[in-house]
Amino acid sequence: MFGKPSRTGRTLQYVALTGYLIFLGFPLVWLLSTAFKPPRELVQLHPTLIPSNPTVQNFVQAFTEQQLGRAALNSLQVSLASAVLTVLVALPASYALARFRTKLGTVALGWVLLSQLFPFVLLIIPIFLILRQVGLANTHAGLVLIYVVWALPFALWMLQGFVRNIPRELEEAASVDGASRLQVLRRVVFPLLAPGIVATALFSFISAWNEFFFALVLVKTPELATLPVALARFVGIEGTARLGPLAAGSLLATLPSLIFFAVMQRRLSSGSLAGAVKG
Amino acid sequence: MTTVAERPDVARADGPRRARSRSDRLGIYLLLLPSLLPIVVLSVFPLVRGIYLGFTDARAGRNVEISFTGLANYRELLGDELFWNSFKIGLLWAVGVTVLQFVLALGLALLLNQRLRFRGVARVLAVVPWAMPPVVVGILWKLVYHPDAGLLNEFFHRVGADGLRTNWLGDFSTALPAVILVGVWAGMPQTTVVLLAGLQGVPRELHEAAAVDGASTWHRFRNVTLPAIAPVVVAITSLDFIWNFNSFGLVYVLTAGGPGGKTMLPMLFAYEEAFRYGNYGYAAALGNVMVVIIVALLAVYLRRRLREAN
Repeated sequence: MFGKPSRTGRTLQYVALTGYLIFLGFPLVWLLSTAFKPPRELVQLHPTLIPSNPTVQNFVQAFTEQQLGRAALNSLQVSLASAVLTVLVALPASYALARFRTKLGTVALGWVLLSQLFPFVLLIIPIFLILRQVGLANTHAGLVLIYVVWALPFALWMLQGFVRNIPRELEEAASVDGASRLQVLRRVVFPLLAPGIVATALFSFISAWNEFFFALVLVKTPELATLPVALARFVGIEGTARLGPLAAGSLLATLPSLIFFAVMQRRLSSGSLAGAVKG
Repeated sequence: MTTVAERPDVARADGPRRARSRSDRLGIYLLLLPSLLPIVVLSVFPLVRGIYLGFTDARAGRNVEISFTGLANYRELLGDELFWNSFKIGLLWAVGVTVLQFVLALGLALLLNQRLRFRGVARVLAVVPWAMPPVVVGILWKLVYHPDAGLLNEFFHRVGADGLRTNWLGDFSTALPAVILVGVWAGMPQTTVVLLAGLQGVPRELHEAAAVDGASTWHRFRNVTLPAIAPVVVAITSLDFIWNFNSFGLVYVLTAGGPGGKTMLPMLFAYEEAFRYGNYGYAAALGNVMVVIIVALLAVYLRRRLREAN
C-alpha cells in the first residue's frame, strides 16, 4: 500500500478516484442545476447539465407559492429550542458522568447502544399515545421534547468527553483559592467548556433539522409541518415544472448541516470524530 | 460538611476507592436527574410499552380497550404474505446496501489514504451526502432518476443507448436496485470516514517490514491491513446493517414502497399498518419480530468474526 506503485497502478488509482467523484458528485451537480433552471428548460425534451439561462425564480417560488418559508421557520424554531434545551439538560449530567464514576452512567451509555437496535415503530406508537394524553400531540413542544430525548444520549457522551478534557487541577486550584463549587463551575468549567457546548448544540440542532419520521407522524396540521415533511409532501405534487422549486427548497434545507459539516470537516476527515458514530 | 466530602473525586484520584457519603450520592443523582428522567419517560418506557403492545390487539382511536392477545399477532404475521414479501425486500435492501457500502467505502478509503491529487476534493465530496437530510437525498435522486427530466436517462440518450432509458423508480424490475444504489450513496460517506480513521491507525512499520519481506500489495492488504482494521470493520458494518434495516425516510420519499410493493421495506410496511390502517398492536408485533431478527443475524455475524479472529 505504501510502497511506490507502478505507473499502471497509479493510473488505475486515478481512474477509480474519478469514478468515485462522478458517483458522489454528479447527483449534487444535478440538484444545483435543477434549482437554477427556468421552467422552460425543465420541461424541454433533453435537459442540459448546465442551465443556459440560470434564474433564482425557483427559490422565490419555493418560498411564496409552496409555503416552504413557513416550514423553514417551523424547523428553525423547533431546532433552536431542541438545541438549547438539550444543552441545558445535558450539562449537569455530563459533568456528573465525567467527574464521578457511577453505575448509572454506565447504564445510561449502555442504553444508548441498545436503543439503536430498536426500530422507531416500536417507540413511536407509545410516544404518540403519551403525547396525546398530555395534550402535546400535534404541537411543536411535543416534537421538541422528543428531539431532546433523542439527542440526549449522544449529547451526554459528547459533552462528558469535553468535561474530561478540562484538567481537574484547574478546579482544585480554584477551590483552594476559596472559590465555591458554583463559582468554580461558572468561572472555570463553563468558559473552558464553550467549544463543547457549541458542538453539542450544533449537533442537536442538525439532528432536529434533518429529522423526518417523528415530524411526519407527530405533527398533522400542515401549517405546523417542518421543512423535511413539507418537502416530502411537495414531492407528491406531480409536474416537471415543479421540480425547480423543489430542488431550490431542498438546497436550502441542506444549508445548515452543510455549514456544520464544513466547520467540522477538518476533524471529520482526520478521523478524530470517527468515534462519534460508534456512540 | 468537610472538604473531602465535597470533593470525593479528588480523594479518590490517588487513594483507594472509598464509600461515597450519602449527600454526595444525592448530589450526583440530582445532576443526572434532568437527563435521566426524560430518557426514562420518553425512551425506556415507550420502548417497553411498545414491546408489550406487540402482544395486544391495540388499535387507533381514543378509549379503545386494549386486551392481551398473546401470540395471535405473530400467528397472523406468519400467514401474512405481504409481511413476508416486505421482509424479503428488507433483507435484500439491508444486506445489499451494507455490503456495497462497505466494499465501495473501503475502496475509497484506501484511495484517500494515499497521496493522490484531488484527494482534498474527494474528501469534501465524500462527506457531503452525509450532511444532507435523508428527505433531500431522496428528492435529489428522484431528480436523477426522473423519467423525462432525469440525469440518468439523459446520459443514456447522449451516449446513444436510448434502449436503456426507463422509469427507474416506477419499473418493477429496476425499482429495488435503484433504491439500493441511493442507500449506498447516502451511507457510504460515514463508512468511508470511519474506515479511513481505521486505516490511519495501521502502523506504517508493519507495511514496510512486509514489503521488505517481498510481500505483494495484495498480500500486504490481506495480511497486514485487513487484520489491523478488522475491529473497525466489524463495528461499522454491524451499525450500518442496523441503520439500514431500520431506515425509513429515504425510501418513503423515493417510492413510498411502490411500485406494487416492490420497495416496501419492513419499516414502511409497519408505518402503513400503524398510521394508515391503525393496527397498532400488529405494527408493534412487526417491530418486535424485526428486533429479534436483527439480533439473531448480528449474533451469527459477530460469532463468525470472533471465531475468525481467534
